[in-house]
Amino acid sequence: MNRLTKLRHLGVLLVVFALFAAACGDDDATTTTAGTAATTTTAAATTTTAGEEFPPAAGPAGGVLIEAGAPVEIRALQAISGEVAFLGVDQVRGIELAMEDFGDIHGHTVNLGTVEDDLCLGEGGGAGATVIAAQPGVLGVIGTTCSGAAVPAMAIFNEAGIVMISGSNTGPSLTSDFQGNAGENYFPFYLRTAHNDLIQGGAAALFAYDVLGLTAVCTIHDGDPYTSGLAGAFGNAFEVLGGDIVVATSINKGDTDMVPVLTECAAGAPEAIYFPIFQPEGDFILQQRGGVAGLEDVIMYGADGLITPELFSLPEAEGAYFSGPDLGFEGNAGFTGETYTNLVARYEAAYGEAPVAAFHAHTYDATMMLLNAIESVAVQGPDGELWVDRQALRDFLYATAGFPGVTGSLSCDEFGDCGANTVSVSFNEDPSDPQAGIANVVFRAGKGAGGEIVVIDS
Amino acid sequence: MQLLKPRSFRFSWVDTFLWAIRIGALVFILVGVLGTLSKAVDGEGLTAQAWRELIVTGLAQGSMYGLIALGYSMVYGVLGFINFAHGEVFMAGAVTGFFAANALADAGVWESQPIVGLGLTILVSMATSTLVAVLIERLAYRPLRGAPRLIPLITSIGMSFFLQYTFRGLFGESFKSYPVLPTVMQGRISIFGLEILKTQMVVIATAAVAMAGLYTYVTRTRMGRAMRAIAEDREIAALMGVNVNRVIALTFAVGGAMAGVAGVLWALLFRQVYFLTGFLPGIKAFTAAVLGGIGNMAGAYVGGLALGLFESVGPLLVLDGWGIPSVSQLKDVVAFSALVLILIFRPTGLLGERLAVEERG
Repeated sequence: MNRLTKLRHLGVLLVVFALFAAACGDDDATTTTAGTAATTTTAAATTTTAGEEFPPAAGPAGGVLIEAGAPVEIRALQAISGEVAFLGVDQVRGIELAMEDFGDIHGHTVNLGTVEDDLCLGEGGGAGATVIAAQPGVLGVIGTTCSGAAVPAMAIFNEAGIVMISGSNTGPSLTSDFQGNAGENYFPFYLRTAHNDLIQGGAAALFAYDVLGLTAVCTIHDGDPYTSGLAGAFGNAFEVLGGDIVVATSINKGDTDMVPVLTECAAGAPEAIYFPIFQPEGDFILQQRGGVAGLEDVIMYGADGLITPELFSLPEAEGAYFSGPDLGFEGNAGFTGETYTNLVARYEAAYGEAPVAAFHAHTYDATMMLLNAIESVAVQGPDGELWVDRQALRDFLYATAGFPGVTGSLSCDEFGDCGANTVSVSFNEDPSDPQAGIANVVFRAGKGAGGEIVVIDS
Repeated sequence: MQLLKPRSFRFSWVDTFLWAIRIGALVFILVGVLGTLSKAVDGEGLTAQAWRELIVTGLAQGSMYGLIALGYSMVYGVLGFINFAHGEVFMAGAVTGFFAANALADAGVWESQPIVGLGLTILVSMATSTLVAVLIERLAYRPLRGAPRLIPLITSIGMSFFLQYTFRGLFGESFKSYPVLPTVMQGRISIFGLEILKTQMVVIATAAVAMAGLYTYVTRTRMGRAMRAIAEDREIAALMGVNVNRVIALTFAVGGAMAGVAGVLWALLFRQVYFLTGFLPGIKAFTAAVLGGIGNMAGAYVGGLALGLFESVGPLLVLDGWGIPSVSQLKDVVAFSALVLILIFRPTGLLGERLAVEERG
């Protein structure tokens, strides 16, 4: 081989060696970091004003040391693009309003950084969580939008000791079945202020059976954890009440032709179709239902993924019912005393439109809880530093009881369900006035002491 | 005279495996169909009316796949590669058709003169799709004319994303809802005692007319003959005086026009379009083109109809008989399994391939 080839081989070897050296170099300690402050944990310990050692010894999940003048880092992982962007963007606005209201933590500003996109998919949740967990000093995350994205995200955050509070995950498997059994996707560092879909499914079933007098229902979901969880919860509750789920079927996200699935439903002669899915599949089901024999008089019953003005204004959505989180927050005041009515006014002033979905309020409360918890467990150092122990933060959040939120009084159970768990059913009487339809609540129910459904007022 | 020895039967594991698959598939389908039939005999299952509706839905869906598949087949026949951006050509027509339909609805023409309204929308959609198809040929594929077959294929994948996100940038990511169908097009119509939705009838009829028009064009006109000549053997055709560049551009244009028609028909059936509308139909149409025999125009259309039928009727006919729950979620599985099975039984596709001289074995 000639000299040029030898040089080329040598060059390649050098590059490969350099790559190895970079990869195998010393990593920053992942559990006790705050950027360059990583080294201060081994520096000479100073004493706090109380005379104790600072920073204190880290708990099992490690801790974060925030230098004087440095911001407190929290992050958001929401669906800000795609078909459910309206849910994610709405929640990011809730976070921003909460941060504005809460203000600083012991003189440190709170930094939200870049909002990561969870794409309402497991892949998005995992990718966004990887990016966030790699950033130093992140104490907590507000997210995800979709239950499906929460599972891979929590696998990463739990390892890193980062708490995540969701204002819109409702999948039961993320917390518990209210009977004392942890859900299969339960993680200790996870909490939520949204309702658990066991309550929504149960309340929706109670409305269908008791109020509408239905006994035969077909359910359709789209395969993701939220929709299948909710359809399953509805089905179980409905059958316990004495009704019959004649057909339980599903579609794929992205399907456009709904005639086969509607034909499948029609084969069971249902009185109603419960389809707790998202747009545009929900639109297609409503629009194509009229073309399938046997479904002319069927009652269409959707859920919160479909509670949008665009869907309510479809002529085919007339006479349809929709279950979802209860939005009767007027009269509630949040942690800083801000009333919900005022919050909506500020939302409109800041963003130029009325709140586009339900969950901004739950996310506002989630952010308040997180910021309050950070403020409460933070240990102040002698020179203006802050030390936050991750396990202590998590435990404080789990011990939340009677926290005043705009969504109601929040108390966390042992599995992270902190929501007020109030569900309502809206009736779309007149598609030409979608906002009135969304506000037209015909049924309201909540969670009793033993996890059962309690009607609030019909 | 020596008797010809019978060809010795070579026992090959591959052959056995293939035969096992063929027999296994047939058994699976038969058992499924019998299960469904027994359900019908018992009184459960779908009514005859429901089956008829499914078949018609399948034909309507399949007509659209067929129209899009024509573009894939023609380009493959002439240039020998799969133009993955063709799904986006379809989407371009559907999205611009939305603006035309909206304008017509605002002017009242959509409701009062539906045929004129539909015709104008289809013209706008065809024009846009044709333009997009010709542009991508000129900009992305002509420079790669002599390159190995894989290169334009990869370019077409990139072009597909480029078109999707260009449309997203131009028109936003929200769903565009076509105006409500004119009253005359709502409801059902009775044909030979068969009750079908009027929109489905319009879709099937329009697609058939478009296909017939295309077939006439390709078989009866000079330019059509030129297209067939280039598909057969490009070098000899060039020697015969055919302007290869112009005819290839025409092939793309015609394929684009068909996709444009399909775009409006899609919107008639499903009403919502957005920048990603072309993705899945593009893949399904490519499947349909292969199913019917790649390079073969009639094959593309028949493949499209077949795929539509498999998707619609297949899950409920075969899988339901096995007692599998949620069969509608598996309709893509059924559609693509049908592709695999048909290629196992008949590798050149339903109506046989039409490949250029260089490619024939």
